[in-house]
Amino acid sequence: MAYSDKVLDHYDNPRNVGTFAKDEGDDIGTGLVGAPACGDVMRLQIKVKDGRIADAKFKTFGCGSAIASSSLATEMIKGMTLDQAAEIKNTQIVQELNLPPVKIHCSVLAEDAIKAAIEDYKKKHASK
Amino acid sequence: MSLKLPIFMDNQSTTAVDPRVVETMLPFFTENYGNAASRNHVFGWTAEAAVENARAQVAALIGGDAKEIVWTSGATESNNLAIKGAASFYKKQGNHIITVETEHKCVLDTCKRLQRDGYDVTYLRPMKDGTVTPQMITDAMTDKTILVSVMAANNEIGIVQDVNAIGAAIKAKIPKTLFHTDAAQAAGKVPFDVEAAKADLVSVTAHKIYGPKGIGALWVRRKPRIRIDPLLDGGGHERGMRSGTLPVPLIVGFGRAAELAKDEMAAEAIRLTALRDRLYRGITSKLPEVYVNGTMEHRLPGNLNISFAFVEGESLLMALKDVAVSSGSACTSASLEPSYVLRALGAGDDLAHSSIRFGIGRFNTEEQIDFVIDLVVKAVERLRSLSPLWEMHQEGIDINSIQWTPH
Repeated sequence: MAYSDKVLDHYDNPRNVGTFAKDEGDDIGTGLVGAPACGDVMRLQIKVKDGRIADAKFKTFGCGSAIASSSLATEMIKGMTLDQAAEIKNTQIVQELNLPPVKIHCSVLAEDAIKAAIEDYKKKHASK
Repeated sequence: MSLKLPIFMDNQSTTAVDPRVVETMLPFFTENYGNAASRNHVFGWTAEAAVENARAQVAALIGGDAKEIVWTSGATESNNLAIKGAASFYKKQGNHIITVETEHKCVLDTCKRLQRDGYDVTYLRPMKDGTVTPQMITDAMTDKTILVSVMAANNEIGIVQDVNAIGAAIKAKIPKTLFHTDAAQAAGKVPFDVEAAKADLVSVTAHKIYGPKGIGALWVRRKPRIRIDPLLDGGGHERGMRSGTLPVPLIVGFGRAAELAKDEMAAEAIRLTALRDRLYRGITSKLPEVYVNGTMEHRLPGNLNISFAFVEGESLLMALKDVAVSSGSACTSASLEPSYVLRALGAGDDLAHSSIRFGIGRFNTEEQIDFVIDLVVKAVERLRSLSPLWEMHQEGIDINSIQWTPH
């Protein structure tokens, strides 16, 4: 299968790889989606300051398109409010990366990861 | 000297045609292009003589007689012809067939079609190391069992079955039960003999042994005579078992490839085993959490199938773009299912997704192996640095303890 230039770029130079330190606690929301048995797991983290996503990080076990989708997702959500980020649709990722039909599930997973991270952040704060 | 890229290291999928084979084939395209069935002129006679010579060469590779070779288009056709042909001819004797879950798709899908036609098929699950025991087969045999089909060597994991013990056990239990083996990967790579295996039907192909694509053969025992119904009706070529004009250049190439394989197999096996072990040691000395799929003990000389835990296979293939290898990852298959062969061995789906098959062949060099080791180690280290599963593993979290959400 031929990969688009954008997928290759994110695969070769993934943006925002990493994990926030555990002591950053309350400002962080973590989304862990997918399953090893399905061949892809994404972990996307957001750091929220004043209602906006100040920083984002990811790590992904998955194919090149899954890595690229999550890398792109972290780029897209930085600077957004939580509501804006929650509005991101997987089709935007498909379009930006020129994903073929067989890789659309990678973009869906990235959308799920964003939503899961937001949920996690909100849950932490709702219980206070 | 700089290495020429890309490197082909996928010799279980196919092989380059040996230049010595090409040389033998060429005159049969442009000079001796007769139809081997033309009995009334010299072009036909020359073609027929070449075909008969190749028949002897291919038969010799597997210890059979030239008269027992039926030319086909390849191992897929040979397996179809053997299984469907025998099932159809012997259906009055019974309707039960035994095979193994790790067989090639062309055997499994042929058996599935026969099930739709009213046959009963038993699919044996191999042991964790990929082998099946004679007893597993005889335990499954009934007085209705007309055919047992077990491959001699597996295309994905390179496991070599003890077909001699399997054949002996089948014949000891029910002598008239036929034994078919798909020897496409084994013939020419490891010792294989139709008599030692007590086989009745044996599938082989040229393009796995440095011959051309598009030509294979089914060996059909003559003593005692085994009968099969043909798949193709027509001019009655190949003793009625496979009609169609013979592709003389391909047949000549198959014959020469078989001859070379027979002559060079012993030396080549030693060389390929050494390269394979060098690759394995080179990788595992630098990377932890690497698992071999199937036993190392009974394996084709050039085959190494390993899983790199916490790294997905297709993403690894992307990093290895200068090396042609294959993966059992779902993302590299049309079906979006991970390798059914690895799953049959009981490897977790996650390890199936992480598998890479290296197929080292006649034209690979030590220099290439060293290059590949370096590339693989760097790629796996990089991808693990991106992998949340690797991070969890480093922190001592058991991946299996997490409630995942399959999608």
